[in-house]
Amino acid sequence: MEQAKIQAFGDELYEALVNREAVPPLTSRADDITIEDAYHISLRMLERRQQAGARIIGKKIGVTSKAVMNMLNVHQPDFGYLTDDMVFNSGEEVNISDRLIAPRAEGEIAFILKKDLTGPGVTNADVLAATECVMPCFEIVDSRIKDWKIAIQDTIADNASCGLFVLGDKAVSPRDVDLVTCGMVVEKNGSIISTGAGAAALASPVNCVTWLANTLGEFGISLKAGEVILSGSLVPLEPVKAGDHMRVDIGGIGSASVCFS
Amino acid sequence: MSKTLSNEQMLALAEHVENAELQAHDITKVTNDYPDMTFEDAYDVQWEIRRRKEERGNKVVGMKMGLTSWAKMAQMGVDTPIYGFLADYFSVPDGGVVNTKELIHPKIEAEVAFVTKKPLHGPGCHIGDVLAATDFVIPAVEVIDSRYENFKFDLVSVVADNASSTRFITGGQMADVSDVDLKTLGVVVEKNGEVVDVGAGAAVLGHPASSVAMLANLLAERGEHIPAGTFIMTGGITAAIAVEAGDNITVRYQGLGTVSARFE
Repeated sequence: MEQAKIQAFGDELYEALVNREAVPPLTSRADDITIEDAYHISLRMLERRQQAGARIIGKKIGVTSKAVMNMLNVHQPDFGYLTDDMVFNSGEEVNISDRLIAPRAEGEIAFILKKDLTGPGVTNADVLAATECVMPCFEIVDSRIKDWKIAIQDTIADNASCGLFVLGDKAVSPRDVDLVTCGMVVEKNGSIISTGAGAAALASPVNCVTWLANTLGEFGISLKAGEVILSGSLVPLEPVKAGDHMRVDIGGIGSASVCFS
Repeated sequence: MSKTLSNEQMLALAEHVENAELQAHDITKVTNDYPDMTFEDAYDVQWEIRRRKEERGNKVVGMKMGLTSWAKMAQMGVDTPIYGFLADYFSVPDGGVVNTKELIHPKIEAEVAFVTKKPLHGPGCHIGDVLAATDFVIPAVEVIDSRYENFKFDLVSVVADNASSTRFITGGQMADVSDVDLKTLGVVVEKNGEVVDVGAGAAVLGHPASSVAMLANLLAERGEHIPAGTFIMTGGITAAIAVEAGDNITVRYQGLGTVSARFE
């Protein structure tokens, strides 16, 4: 795909993000977008956000469950960038009309790194050794593509459909919790709506971070000490609207909650 | 709720349904022939099957709860779970073999089991009573096998069929209830080395101990209770997963080790 078109799509998604107005799927308007093109589009969108003052504070991994892989007909995850304007603390209110278009909440485990990770060749042991702590987290995904009508290229171009994220009330050393079997319970307005466990994301959230470090390594990008890495949803996505209250509890890790207005 | 079956009809149904289990062949659901059957009729049939087994020398080694997810209950249009009993020959050792020739169309569910140290009496039994009366919890995998064609049934029929009970496998790592958070306790089901389902304890009525309280309250309706020393499987944390000869399964429990079996 030619550079001008990549830039135009990146600019269009940036405008969609800022104005909270979704655009038709890119893949419905250009049938030659490759996965690599899509990442270049996402980088253009990121560049515009950085020009407007946003600072990168981490990365997210998406498409980590079999259900979503089947839906998008792919066999690998994707990733996006987290910036300082995307983070909320547990208990804070998120105003949907200010920030989001068609938000959905997903419960995840966030990794906070204490050392850089540079692929290729990163192993799960490297990831655990480089992890300061893990935290409970809601990722509020959102799509700048109209009605979430996404192909894999659309979501990659759109920063992996990331909206914002809510970090929980506790930080636990990865030495003290089994990240594969830790259970997750998600409640919406006081009712339990789903349960899951760490293995829902690529059989282990650690596998997800390892994948990201090695994938980014091919492009000369490292995961940096201090960064937040969202490792992928452990439960089905849940659409949310103003007035909803979401809570997630993770066995041995802690909880996070968020109110939408 | 009242009875609609005569004693003769009830005895005949118990023999019919139990024979399907013992001979591993499927049958049409009992409500096809008795559409007005009530839960009370169905539990009469189940208790008669239990009596028949005990008369032949089998021991009842525990109880099980079924239909313990709010979603499944809403789907079936009811607001209480159901129970069944576990006979001695249902027990399969951890790492052991389940003979599928003895079964019709088995499925597995990951569960948490309780062992009581004090009796529990309903009505009014609550989660606090259960936790106080619990000796320990232990991971367990249930093999269910409806005797009804294509696993299709209504609730009255499944109660008469001993809540689809057939086999169970118990793990080796027990825990005090004060040492585990059963609500967020995670489970991971692997079939032939692949993760096929995950869940957490809250999938069982919000907390697996609620399921034991419900059992005590359901038993009270028949003047029965849960004696001290009872082994109780509280209901599936995960969806029921179909298995066949050649499959092996391992269920991993947060802090409670693993349970595995193979199907031949």
